Amino acid sequence: MLIELKDVCYTYGTGTVYEVSALDHINLQIGEGEFIGIIGHTGSGKSTLIQHFNGLLKPTSGQVLFEGKDIWEEDYDLRSLRTHVGLVFQYPENQLFETDVLKDVMFGPKNQGLSEEDCRARAHEALSQVGIPEDLYGASPFDLSGGQKRRVALAGVLAMDPEVLILDEPTAGLDPGGRDELLREIRFLRDKRGITVLLVTHSMEDVAQYAKRLLVIDNGKIAFDGAPKRVFSHYKELEKMGLAAPQITYIMHALKERGLDVDLRATTVEEAKRSILLALSQRASEGR
Amino acid sequence: MPSIIKARGLGFDYVKYTDESENAERVTAIREIDLTVEKGTFIAILGHNGSGKSTLAKHINALLVPTSGTMWVDGIDTAKEQDLWKVRQKAGMVFQNPDNQIIGTVVDEDVGFGPENLGIPTKDIWSRVDDALSKVGMLGFRDRSPNHLSGGQKQRVAIAGVVAMHPECIVLDEPTAMLDPNGRREVIEVIRELNQREGVTVILITHYMEEVTYADHVYVMDAGQVVMEGTPREIFAQAERLKELRLSVPQVTELAYELKKAGADLPDGVLTIDELVDALAPRSEQYADRA
Repeated sequence: MLIELKDVCYTYGTGTVYEVSALDHINLQIGEGEFIGIIGHTGSGKSTLIQHFNGLLKPTSGQVLFEGKDIWEEDYDLRSLRTHVGLVFQYPENQLFETDVLKDVMFGPKNQGLSEEDCRARAHEALSQVGIPEDLYGASPFDLSGGQKRRVALAGVLAMDPEVLILDEPTAGLDPGGRDELLREIRFLRDKRGITVLLVTHSMEDVAQYAKRLLVIDNGKIAFDGAPKRVFSHYKELEKMGLAAPQITYIMHALKERGLDVDLRATTVEEAKRSILLALSQRASEGR
Repeated sequence: MPSIIKARGLGFDYVKYTDESENAERVTAIREIDLTVEKGTFIAILGHNGSGKSTLAKHINALLVPTSGTMWVDGIDTAKEQDLWKVRQKAGMVFQNPDNQIIGTVVDEDVGFGPENLGIPTKDIWSRVDDALSKVGMLGFRDRSPNHLSGGQKQRVAIAGVVAMHPECIVLDEPTAMLDPNGRREVIEVIRELNQREGVTVILITHYMEEVTYADHVYVMDAGQVVMEGTPREIFAQAERLKELRLSVPQVTELAYELKKAGADLPDGVLTIDELVDALAPRSEQYADRA
């Protein structure tokens, strides 16, 4: 198992009157190469959760294991853990700081102690993977467009060659075109490099399209853990948690209620189209 | 209907300096924009990142003034410096990140900040605050610290802060980009209510296509210009064109479009789940089943 959380609890402000339990006995296993979506309303504990995966937060109780080793053991090398588990925060473009794009992306590998040459090679690879053309390498990161800046920030994490990539709302504020491009690139990284991806998002449509497994966090607990299709079939419970299902889920349920025999598990436009066409042709052949 | 916002030949250039060259570069953010918004309408502006939407929006409350052409808000030329506060009172703005807009330590103080700046007498400020908070459904939170609110609640407080200034029009620049589904729903509901009940003119900039469904009129921007305009139905009937502009259509519209292409008998530009469901499985059939 790549990452394992055993009975993890996290309490903010322990011992003060402001004590708040953010994570409540979380048990979770994440395997290599998984593409996991994480959803939950603001304040559900999902940001607290992801900060446990690379040791930014230490559980109040319980264990976090990476490749079978407890990351809070005394002799554990947390610094190297953070190069294995890359965390891309919300609005990562706010963290760009170097004078040009290439230098900014080289910063991570440099800190890992790699030679100038290796850093450069890593940076080139990472930048090409996120679709930044070479003629922008010398540009100031601050002169780029919003979508480009975000890609450069992502490349900065990729250049450290992580095995796990955690992204906190990577598409917030991007236009639909930019959103699709970025998510396709992330899926490509997972397919090509075998990177394990954890995607925190507020977009149910993106989860349905890209994730193979979906974690729903509510009130510091894992409320659902399963294939997105199965989780979204609980859309009424999701709504009670301040979440929702993709628009497609609502369409399929409404059609079913009207007597059209469609597949309720469809969550993407493509799946819905196939199911509806099939149901329409069945209805036609029944002569109604 | 009288117009509240009017732009003629509106353009905005800015000068960009670089470290390397002495020569400053002139960049055109928006150009040749003609726009007329009638009082009480709900307008949506779409466009990819960098298309000029936010630059246009900032002209409506004189955060920017045009370098060519003219912008009038309720008949006032926004370039007239002496009328700046009049313009800002008529057109309020709400931005993407609620945390950057809330300054008070208590909700009602934050909402009172705007009217206080307008020089409104204290007792009137408090009645305006009450009124604004109740319009966004946040009256019960008036004594709370904004820090303990959800994203959607914070954004509603930010909207109340604008409402308390009694604006004719509210410009919202991606107000739901950072919110969870619940927060998004809350904010959109509040915006629609302000528009329908209070007659406030709404200008909504968004990347969420579903939010545009409610608009009376949509403008689509590209490279600093308005390249498409029409009702949501007219705009979303052009799915391919929108894709070229790095935009999309709501999932329900896309599905209807795909089904129609495959031969299903559907109208153009389906916008809502109800419309699609009614077209595919009319109610009468349900009764036929039962009979």
